[in-house]
Amino acid sequence: MSVHALTHWDLIAAALLVLLLGAASIWLQLGLQSQLLVATLRMVAQLLLIGFVLRVLFATTNPLWIVLMAAVMLMVAAREVVQRQTLRLAYKPSFAGALVALLLSCVSVLLLTLLVFIGNQPWYAPRYAIPIFGMLLGNGMTGVALALNTLMQNVVNRRAEIEQRLMLGANRQSAMSDIQITSIRNAMIPTINAMATAGVVSLPGMMTGQILAGTPPLQAVKYQILIMFVIAASTGFAVMLALWFGARALFDERQRLRLDRLTPDGHT
Amino acid sequence: MQLRLVDLGIDGLATVTLTVLPGECISIKGASGSGKTRLLRAIADLDPHGGEIYLDDMACSATSAPAWRRQVALLPAEIVWWKKTAREHFDGGSEVPTAALHLDDALLQRPLSELSTGQRQRLALLRLVQHSPEVLLLDEPTAALDPASEQRVEAFVEQYRNRYSAPVVWIGHDVEQLSRVAARHFVIHDGELSQKPPRSSASQ
Repeated sequence: MSVHALTHWDLIAAALLVLLLGAASIWLQLGLQSQLLVATLRMVAQLLLIGFVLRVLFATTNPLWIVLMAAVMLMVAAREVVQRQTLRLAYKPSFAGALVALLLSCVSVLLLTLLVFIGNQPWYAPRYAIPIFGMLLGNGMTGVALALNTLMQNVVNRRAEIEQRLMLGANRQSAMSDIQITSIRNAMIPTINAMATAGVVSLPGMMTGQILAGTPPLQAVKYQILIMFVIAASTGFAVMLALWFGARALFDERQRLRLDRLTPDGHT
Repeated sequence: MQLRLVDLGIDGLATVTLTVLPGECISIKGASGSGKTRLLRAIADLDPHGGEIYLDDMACSATSAPAWRRQVALLPAEIVWWKKTAREHFDGGSEVPTAALHLDDALLQRPLSELSTGQRQRLALLRLVQHSPEVLLLDEPTAALDPASEQRVEAFVEQYRNRYSAPVVWIGHDVEQLSRVAARHFVIHDGELSQKPPRSSASQ
Protein backbone atom coordinates (compact mmCIF):
# COMPACT_ATOMS: atom_id res chain seq x y z
CA MET A 1 0.00 0.00 0.00
CA SER A 2 1.43 3.39 -0.92
CA VAL A 3 0.11 6.93 -0.89
CA HIS A 4 -2.04 8.08 -3.72
CA ALA A 5 0.16 10.65 -5.48
CA LEU A 6 -1.08 14.25 -5.65
CA THR A 7 -0.82 16.12 -8.95
CA HIS A 8 -0.18 19.85 -9.36
CA TRP A 9 -3.83 20.24 -10.32
CA ASP A 10 -4.95 18.76 -7.03
CA LEU A 11 -2.95 21.39 -5.17
CA ILE A 12 -4.14 24.23 -7.37
CA ALA A 13 -7.72 23.17 -6.76
CA ALA A 14 -7.13 23.16 -3.00
CA ALA A 15 -5.45 26.55 -3.23
CA LEU A 16 -8.74 27.91 -4.58
CA LEU A 17 -10.11 27.45 -1.07
CA VAL A 18 -7.49 29.85 0.31
CA LEU A 19 -8.30 32.22 -2.54
CA LEU A 20 -11.94 32.03 -1.51
CA LEU A 21 -10.94 32.88 2.06
CA GLY A 22 -8.97 35.86 0.74
CA ALA A 23 -11.99 37.04 -1.20
CA ALA A 24 -14.10 36.75 1.96
CA SER A 25 -11.48 38.79 3.80
CA ILE A 26 -11.70 41.60 1.23
CA TRP A 27 -15.48 41.47 1.15
CA LEU A 28 -15.83 41.51 4.96
CA GLN A 29 -12.99 44.03 5.34
CA LEU A 30 -11.06 41.74 7.66
CA GLY A 31 -7.77 43.09 6.34
CA LEU A 32 -6.28 39.60 6.42
CA GLN A 33 -5.71 39.18 2.70
CA SER A 34 -2.14 40.48 2.48
CA GLN A 35 -0.95 38.49 5.52
CA LEU A 36 -2.75 35.46 4.15
CA LEU A 37 -1.06 35.89 0.78
CA VAL A 38 2.42 36.25 2.25
CA ALA A 39 1.92 33.32 4.62
CA THR A 40 0.58 31.12 1.84
CA LEU A 41 3.45 31.92 -0.50
CA ARG A 42 6.02 31.44 2.26
CA MET A 43 4.52 28.12 3.24
CA VAL A 44 4.54 26.83 -0.34
CA ALA A 45 8.07 28.05 -1.05
CA GLN A 46 9.52 26.78 2.24
CA LEU A 47 7.90 23.37 1.95
CA LEU A 48 8.92 22.91 -1.69
CA LEU A 49 12.44 23.90 -0.78
CA ILE A 50 12.57 21.50 2.14
CA GLY A 51 11.11 18.83 -0.12
CA PHE A 52 14.03 19.20 -2.51
CA VAL A 53 16.53 19.41 0.35
CA LEU A 54 15.14 16.25 1.93
CA ARG A 55 15.17 14.44 -1.42
CA VAL A 56 18.85 15.19 -1.81
CA LEU A 57 19.53 14.46 1.84
CA PHE A 58 17.72 11.11 1.80
CA ALA A 59 19.67 10.08 -1.24
CA THR A 60 22.98 10.46 0.57
CA THR A 61 23.82 8.79 3.82
CA ASN A 62 26.71 11.11 4.44
CA PRO A 63 26.29 12.07 8.09
CA LEU A 64 27.99 15.41 7.49
CA TRP A 65 25.02 16.69 5.48
CA ILE A 66 22.63 15.55 8.18
CA VAL A 67 24.63 17.38 10.82
CA LEU A 68 24.68 20.49 8.65
CA MET A 69 20.92 20.35 8.18
CA ALA A 70 20.35 19.86 11.90
CA ALA A 71 22.65 22.80 12.67
CA VAL A 72 20.67 25.09 10.37
CA MET A 73 17.40 23.98 11.96
CA LEU A 74 18.84 24.63 15.40
CA MET A 75 20.02 28.14 14.52
CA VAL A 76 16.68 29.06 13.00
CA ALA A 77 14.85 27.76 16.09
CA ALA A 78 17.09 29.76 18.45
CA ARG A 79 16.61 32.88 16.36
CA GLU A 80 12.87 32.37 16.43
CA VAL A 81 12.92 32.11 20.23
CA VAL A 82 14.65 35.48 20.44
CA GLN A 83 12.27 37.11 18.03
CA ARG A 84 9.19 35.91 19.85
CA GLN A 85 10.18 37.76 23.01
CA THR A 86 8.76 41.17 23.73
CA LEU A 87 11.22 41.89 26.51
CA ARG A 88 14.63 40.33 26.48
CA LEU A 89 18.34 40.51 27.12
CA ALA A 90 20.67 41.76 24.41
CA TYR A 91 20.59 39.71 21.21
CA LYS A 92 23.78 37.73 21.71
CA PRO A 93 23.13 36.34 25.21
CA SER A 94 19.47 35.67 24.30
CA PHE A 95 20.44 33.78 21.18
CA ALA A 96 23.26 31.92 22.90
CA GLY A 97 21.01 30.90 25.81
CA ALA A 98 18.26 29.60 23.54
CA LEU A 99 20.77 27.83 21.29
CA VAL A 100 22.56 26.05 24.11
CA ALA A 101 19.30 25.07 25.82
CA LEU A 102 17.84 23.61 22.62
CA LEU A 103 21.13 22.03 21.63
CA LEU A 104 21.72 20.22 24.90
CA SER A 105 18.15 19.13 25.37
CA CYS A 106 16.87 18.34 21.87
CA VAL A 107 20.10 16.82 20.55
CA SER A 108 20.60 14.52 23.50
CA VAL A 109 16.98 13.37 23.42
CA LEU A 110 17.27 12.89 19.65
CA LEU A 111 20.36 10.72 20.02
CA LEU A 112 18.68 8.67 22.72
CA THR A 113 15.60 8.22 20.55
CA LEU A 114 17.51 7.17 17.45
CA LEU A 115 20.08 4.98 19.12
CA VAL A 116 18.12 3.36 21.90
CA PHE A 117 14.38 3.63 21.28
CA ILE A 118 14.18 3.21 17.51
CA GLY A 119 17.50 1.54 16.79
CA ASN A 120 17.24 1.73 13.01
CA GLN A 121 20.25 0.94 10.75
CA PRO A 122 22.10 3.22 10.26
CA TRP A 123 20.84 5.07 13.32
CA TYR A 124 21.42 8.47 11.70
CA ALA A 125 19.23 7.69 8.66
CA PRO A 126 17.86 11.13 7.73
CA ARG A 127 14.37 9.73 7.12
CA TYR A 128 14.14 9.29 10.88
CA ALA A 129 16.60 11.82 12.25
CA ILE A 130 15.41 14.97 10.48
CA PRO A 131 11.63 14.74 11.04
CA ILE A 132 12.08 13.74 14.68
CA PHE A 133 14.59 16.50 15.30
CA GLY A 134 12.15 18.92 13.68
CA MET A 135 9.37 17.89 16.03
CA LEU A 136 11.62 18.12 19.09
CA LEU A 137 12.92 21.53 18.05
CA GLY A 138 9.52 22.93 17.11
CA ASN A 139 8.03 22.05 20.47
CA GLY A 140 11.18 23.01 22.35
CA MET A 141 11.24 26.38 20.63
CA THR A 142 7.64 27.15 21.54
CA GLY A 143 8.22 26.09 25.14
CA VAL A 144 11.43 28.07 25.54
CA ALA A 145 9.94 31.22 24.02
CA LEU A 146 6.92 30.97 26.31
CA ALA A 147 9.10 30.32 29.35
CA LEU A 148 11.41 33.26 28.71
CA ASN A 149 8.50 35.58 28.03
CA THR A 150 6.89 34.61 31.32
CA LEU A 151 10.20 34.98 33.12
CA MET A 152 11.00 38.45 31.81
CA GLN A 153 7.48 39.81 32.29
CA ASN A 154 7.38 38.49 35.84
CA VAL A 155 10.80 39.83 36.72
CA VAL A 156 9.75 43.30 35.63
CA ASN A 157 6.38 43.16 37.37
CA ARG A 158 7.70 41.61 40.57
CA ARG A 159 10.98 43.46 40.83
CA ALA A 160 10.17 44.80 44.30
CA GLU A 161 9.47 41.31 45.59
CA ILE A 162 12.71 39.88 44.21
CA GLU A 163 14.72 42.73 45.69
CA GLN A 164 12.94 42.46 49.03
CA ARG A 165 13.99 38.85 49.22
CA LEU A 166 17.56 39.74 48.28
CA MET A 167 17.57 42.39 51.01
CA LEU A 168 16.63 39.74 53.52
CA GLY A 169 19.67 37.74 52.48
CA ALA A 170 18.21 35.36 49.91
CA ASN A 171 20.49 34.23 47.10
CA ARG A 172 19.33 34.82 43.54
CA GLN A 173 18.00 31.29 43.12
CA SER A 174 15.71 31.47 46.11
CA ALA A 175 14.67 35.07 45.36
CA MET A 176 13.58 33.86 41.92
CA SER A 177 12.14 30.48 42.90
CA ASP A 178 8.44 31.39 42.62
CA ILE A 179 8.94 33.08 39.26
CA GLN A 180 10.96 30.17 37.91
CA ILE A 181 8.21 27.75 38.89
CA THR A 182 5.53 29.92 37.28
CA SER A 183 7.59 30.14 34.10
CA ILE A 184 8.20 26.40 33.84
CA ARG A 185 4.55 25.61 34.46
CA ASN A 186 3.40 28.13 31.90
CA ALA A 187 5.77 26.80 29.29
CA MET A 188 4.78 23.18 29.81
CA ILE A 189 1.02 23.72 29.54
CA PRO A 190 0.83 23.28 25.73
CA THR A 191 2.90 20.10 25.86
CA ILE A 192 0.88 18.64 28.71
CA ASN A 193 -2.39 19.61 27.06
CA ALA A 194 -1.26 18.01 23.80
CA MET A 195 -0.66 14.75 25.64
CA ALA A 196 -3.90 14.96 27.55
CA THR A 197 -6.06 15.47 24.46
CA ALA A 198 -4.08 13.37 21.98
CA GLY A 199 -6.34 11.01 20.12
CA VAL A 200 -9.51 12.41 21.64
CA VAL A 201 -9.69 15.96 20.41
CA SER A 202 -6.95 15.86 17.82
CA LEU A 203 -5.20 13.19 15.87
CA PRO A 204 -1.52 14.10 16.03
CA GLY A 205 -0.02 15.09 12.68
CA MET A 206 2.71 12.52 12.56
CA MET A 207 0.34 9.67 13.27
CA THR A 208 -2.12 10.92 10.69
CA GLY A 209 0.69 11.13 8.17
CA GLN A 210 1.86 7.62 8.86
CA ILE A 211 -1.66 6.27 8.57
CA LEU A 212 -2.14 8.09 5.27
CA ALA A 213 1.12 6.56 4.10
CA GLY A 214 -0.26 3.11 4.80
CA THR A 215 1.22 2.27 8.18
CA PRO A 216 -1.07 0.03 10.26
CA PRO A 217 -2.81 2.28 12.82
CA LEU A 218 -1.41 0.53 15.89
CA GLN A 219 2.10 0.87 14.55
CA ALA A 220 1.49 4.57 13.91
CA VAL A 221 0.06 4.95 17.41
CA LYS A 222 3.17 3.42 18.94
CA TYR A 223 5.36 5.86 17.08
CA GLN A 224 3.16 8.73 18.19
CA ILE A 225 3.38 7.65 21.82
CA LEU A 226 7.16 7.46 21.56
CA ILE A 227 7.28 10.91 19.97
CA MET A 228 5.07 12.43 22.65
CA PHE A 229 7.29 11.04 25.38
CA VAL A 230 10.45 12.41 23.86
CA ILE A 231 8.84 15.76 23.01
CA ALA A 232 7.66 16.18 26.60
CA ALA A 233 11.10 15.36 27.94
CA SER A 234 13.12 17.48 25.55
CA THR A 235 10.77 20.46 25.86
CA GLY A 236 10.86 20.23 29.64
CA PHE A 237 14.63 20.09 29.83
CA ALA A 238 15.07 22.82 27.20
CA VAL A 239 12.71 25.06 29.19
CA MET A 240 14.57 24.46 32.44
CA LEU A 241 17.95 25.11 30.87
CA ALA A 242 16.78 28.25 29.09
CA LEU A 243 15.25 29.59 32.31
CA TRP A 244 18.42 28.83 34.19
CA PHE A 245 20.50 30.78 31.65
CA GLY A 246 17.93 33.57 31.47
CA ALA A 247 17.63 34.03 35.22
CA ARG A 248 21.39 33.93 35.63
CA ALA A 249 21.89 36.67 33.08
CA LEU A 250 19.48 38.95 34.96
CA PHE A 251 21.85 39.11 37.92
CA ASP A 252 25.42 40.31 38.12
CA GLU A 253 28.32 38.77 40.01
CA ARG A 254 27.13 40.44 43.24
CA GLN A 255 23.68 38.90 42.82
CA ARG A 256 22.06 42.23 42.07
CA LEU A 257 18.97 42.24 39.89
CA ARG A 258 20.00 44.11 36.72
CA LEU A 259 16.85 45.06 34.85
CA ASP A 260 18.95 47.58 32.92
CA ARG A 261 20.10 44.58 30.91
CA LEU A 262 16.62 44.10 29.50
CA THR A 263 15.64 45.76 26.26
CA PRO A 264 12.03 46.16 25.16
CA ASP A 265 11.32 44.50 21.84
CA GLY A 266 14.95 43.63 21.51
CA HIS A 267 16.55 46.89 20.43
CA THR A 268 20.10 46.56 21.62
CA MET B 1 30.89 46.57 64.72
CA GLN B 2 31.43 49.76 62.84
CA LEU B 3 30.25 50.57 59.35
CA ARG B 4 32.77 52.33 57.17
CA LEU B 5 32.07 53.75 53.73
CA VAL B 6 35.21 54.54 51.73
CA ASP B 7 34.79 56.58 48.53
CA LEU B 8 31.40 55.01 48.03
CA GLY B 9 30.26 56.20 44.62
CA ILE B 10 26.85 56.20 42.96
CA ASP B 11 25.55 58.20 40.01
CA GLY B 12 24.70 61.79 40.77
CA LEU B 13 26.29 61.87 44.21
CA ALA B 14 29.83 62.87 45.15
CA THR B 15 31.74 59.95 46.67
CA VAL B 16 30.94 59.34 50.30
CA THR B 17 33.49 58.55 52.99
CA LEU B 18 31.94 58.09 56.38
CA THR B 19 32.15 55.94 59.50
CA VAL B 20 29.18 54.98 61.64
CA LEU B 21 30.38 53.85 65.06
CA PRO B 22 29.14 50.76 66.88
CA GLY B 23 25.74 51.48 68.36
CA GLU B 24 25.56 54.89 66.71
CA CYS B 25 22.59 56.13 64.72
CA ILE B 26 23.04 58.72 61.99
CA SER B 27 20.27 60.40 60.04
CA ILE B 28 20.18 61.32 56.37
CA LYS B 29 17.79 63.86 54.98
CA GLY B 30 17.35 65.28 51.51
CA ALA B 31 14.87 66.13 48.81
CA SER B 32 13.22 63.21 47.05
CA GLY B 33 15.36 62.06 44.16
CA SER B 34 18.52 63.32 45.85
CA GLY B 35 19.89 59.81 46.21
CA LYS B 36 19.16 58.86 49.83
CA THR B 37 17.46 55.62 48.88
CA ARG B 38 20.07 54.78 46.27
CA LEU B 39 22.80 55.37 48.84
CA LEU B 40 21.20 52.86 51.22
CA ARG B 41 20.76 50.39 48.35
CA ALA B 42 24.44 50.75 47.50
CA ILE B 43 25.43 50.10 51.11
CA ALA B 44 23.33 46.92 51.04
CA ASP B 45 25.09 46.15 47.71
CA LEU B 46 21.83 46.01 45.79
CA ASP B 47 23.05 48.49 43.17
CA PRO B 48 26.42 48.74 41.45
CA HIS B 49 28.66 51.30 43.17
CA GLY B 50 32.24 52.49 43.34
CA GLY B 51 34.46 52.42 46.43
CA GLU B 52 34.30 49.96 49.27
CA ILE B 53 32.23 49.32 52.36
CA TYR B 54 33.61 47.72 55.50
CA LEU B 55 32.04 46.11 58.49
CA ASP B 56 34.96 46.39 60.92
CA ASP B 57 37.64 44.75 58.74
CA MET B 58 35.28 42.77 56.54
CA ALA B 59 35.08 44.26 53.04
CA CYS B 60 31.80 44.04 51.16
CA SER B 61 33.52 42.89 47.97
CA ALA B 62 35.23 40.06 49.84
CA THR B 63 31.96 38.76 51.30
CA SER B 64 29.29 36.84 49.42
CA ALA B 65 26.41 39.13 48.52
CA PRO B 66 23.68 37.27 50.43
CA ALA B 67 25.91 37.07 53.53
CA TRP B 68 26.61 40.80 53.29
CA ARG B 69 22.91 41.64 53.03
CA ARG B 70 22.10 39.47 56.02
CA GLN B 71 24.62 41.53 58.02
CA VAL B 72 23.70 44.90 56.53
CA ALA B 73 19.92 44.79 56.66
CA LEU B 74 17.93 47.28 54.60
CA LEU B 75 14.33 48.14 55.41
CA PRO B 76 13.00 49.67 52.18
CA ALA B 77 10.38 52.41 52.04
CA GLU B 78 8.08 50.04 50.16
CA ILE B 79 7.87 46.79 52.08
CA VAL B 80 6.96 43.69 50.13
CA TRP B 81 5.36 40.51 51.47
CA TRP B 82 5.18 37.64 49.03
CA LYS B 83 3.30 35.05 51.07
CA LYS B 84 -0.17 35.23 52.48
CA THR B 85 0.64 35.59 56.17
CA ALA B 86 3.52 37.21 58.03
CA ARG B 87 4.36 33.93 59.74
CA GLU B 88 5.44 32.36 56.44
CA HIS B 89 8.12 35.05 56.07
CA PHE B 90 9.86 33.96 59.24
CA ASP B 91 11.91 30.80 59.66
CA GLY B 92 9.69 27.86 60.49
CA GLY B 93 9.49 27.15 64.20
CA SER B 94 11.32 30.32 65.23
CA GLU B 95 10.00 32.59 67.97
CA VAL B 96 8.87 35.96 66.66
CA PRO B 97 9.27 38.52 69.49
CA THR B 98 6.00 40.26 68.70
CA ALA B 99 5.65 41.66 72.20
CA ALA B 100 8.69 43.87 71.70
CA LEU B 101 6.63 45.96 69.28
CA HIS B 102 3.31 45.56 71.10
CA LEU B 103 1.93 43.17 68.54
CA ASP B 104 -0.33 40.20 69.14
CA ASP B 105 1.02 36.77 68.15
CA ALA B 106 -2.28 36.03 66.42
CA LEU B 107 -1.46 38.66 63.80
CA LEU B 108 1.22 36.40 62.40
CA GLN B 109 -1.37 33.94 61.14
CA ARG B 110 -3.82 36.48 59.75
CA PRO B 111 -3.80 37.33 56.03
CA LEU B 112 -1.50 40.32 55.63
CA SER B 113 -4.14 42.15 53.63
CA GLU B 114 -6.28 42.33 56.78
CA LEU B 115 -3.59 44.05 58.86
CA SER B 116 -3.14 47.80 59.20
CA THR B 117 -0.18 49.60 57.66
CA GLY B 118 1.26 50.15 61.11
CA GLN B 119 1.00 46.48 62.02
CA ARG B 120 2.62 45.43 58.77
CA GLN B 121 5.40 47.97 59.22
CA ARG B 122 6.19 46.69 62.71
CA LEU B 123 6.12 43.08 61.48
CA ALA B 124 8.53 44.10 58.72
CA LEU B 125 10.91 45.40 61.36
CA LEU B 126 10.75 42.06 63.19
CA ARG B 127 11.38 40.25 59.93
CA LEU B 128 14.35 42.56 59.29
CA VAL B 129 16.05 41.64 62.55
CA GLN B 130 15.18 37.95 62.66
CA HIS B 131 18.76 36.92 61.85
CA SER B 132 20.32 39.59 64.08
CA PRO B 133 21.98 41.79 61.45
CA GLU B 134 25.01 43.88 62.43
CA VAL B 135 23.77 47.05 60.73
CA LEU B 136 20.30 48.51 60.18
CA LEU B 137 19.58 50.71 57.16
CA LEU B 138 16.13 52.22 57.59
CA ASP B 139 14.43 54.04 54.73
CA GLU B 140 11.64 56.13 56.26
CA PRO B 141 10.70 53.41 58.72
CA THR B 142 7.83 55.34 60.28
CA ALA B 143 6.46 57.16 57.22
CA ALA B 144 2.96 55.70 57.39
CA LEU B 145 2.62 55.26 61.14
CA ASP B 146 0.49 56.87 63.82
CA PRO B 147 2.40 58.55 66.69
CA ALA B 148 2.03 55.58 69.05
CA SER B 149 3.46 53.07 66.56
CA GLU B 150 6.13 55.58 65.63
CA GLN B 151 7.35 55.74 69.21
CA ARG B 152 7.40 51.98 69.51
CA VAL B 153 9.50 51.68 66.37
CA GLU B 154 11.91 54.34 67.63
CA ALA B 155 12.25 52.59 70.98
CA PHE B 156 12.73 49.21 69.32
CA VAL B 157 15.52 50.46 67.07
CA GLU B 158 17.25 52.19 69.97
CA GLN B 159 17.11 49.05 72.06
CA TYR B 160 18.42 46.97 69.18
CA ARG B 161 21.42 49.15 68.47
CA ASN B 162 22.31 49.38 72.13
CA ARG B 163 22.04 45.68 72.69
CA TYR B 164 24.01 44.64 69.59
CA SER B 165 26.18 47.76 69.25
CA ALA B 166 24.72 48.04 65.79
CA PRO B 167 25.34 51.07 63.58
CA VAL B 168 22.05 52.46 62.23
CA VAL B 169 21.43 54.72 59.24
CA TRP B 170 18.00 56.36 59.41
CA ILE B 171 16.49 58.15 56.43
CA GLY B 172 13.63 60.46 57.27
CA HIS B 173 11.98 63.82 56.73
CA ASP B 174 10.72 64.73 60.20
CA VAL B 175 13.48 66.86 61.74
CA GLU B 176 12.13 66.46 65.25
CA GLN B 177 12.13 62.69 64.96
CA LEU B 178 15.60 62.62 63.44
CA SER B 179 17.00 64.68 66.32
CA ARG B 180 15.41 62.18 68.74
CA VAL B 181 16.77 59.03 67.11
CA ALA B 182 20.15 60.05 65.71
CA ALA B 183 23.32 61.56 67.15
CA ARG B 184 24.76 62.88 63.93
CA HIS B 185 22.81 64.35 61.08
CA PHE B 186 23.61 64.38 57.38
CA VAL B 187 21.92 66.03 54.48
CA ILE B 188 22.16 65.42 50.74
CA HIS B 189 22.17 68.68 48.88
CA ASP B 190 23.30 69.42 45.32
CA GLY B 191 24.67 65.93 44.87
CA GLU B 192 26.75 65.97 48.00
CA LEU B 193 26.36 64.36 51.40
CA SER B 194 27.47 66.61 54.24
CA GLN B 195 27.19 66.59 57.99
CA LYS B 196 25.07 69.27 59.55
CA PRO B 197 27.24 71.40 61.83
CA PRO B 198 25.58 72.00 65.23
CA ARG B 199 26.07 68.69 66.98
CA SER B 200 29.77 67.91 66.97
CA SER B 201 32.97 68.58 65.11
CA ALA B 202 33.71 64.91 64.58
CA SER B 203 33.65 64.81 60.81
CA GLN B 204 33.56 62.10 58.17
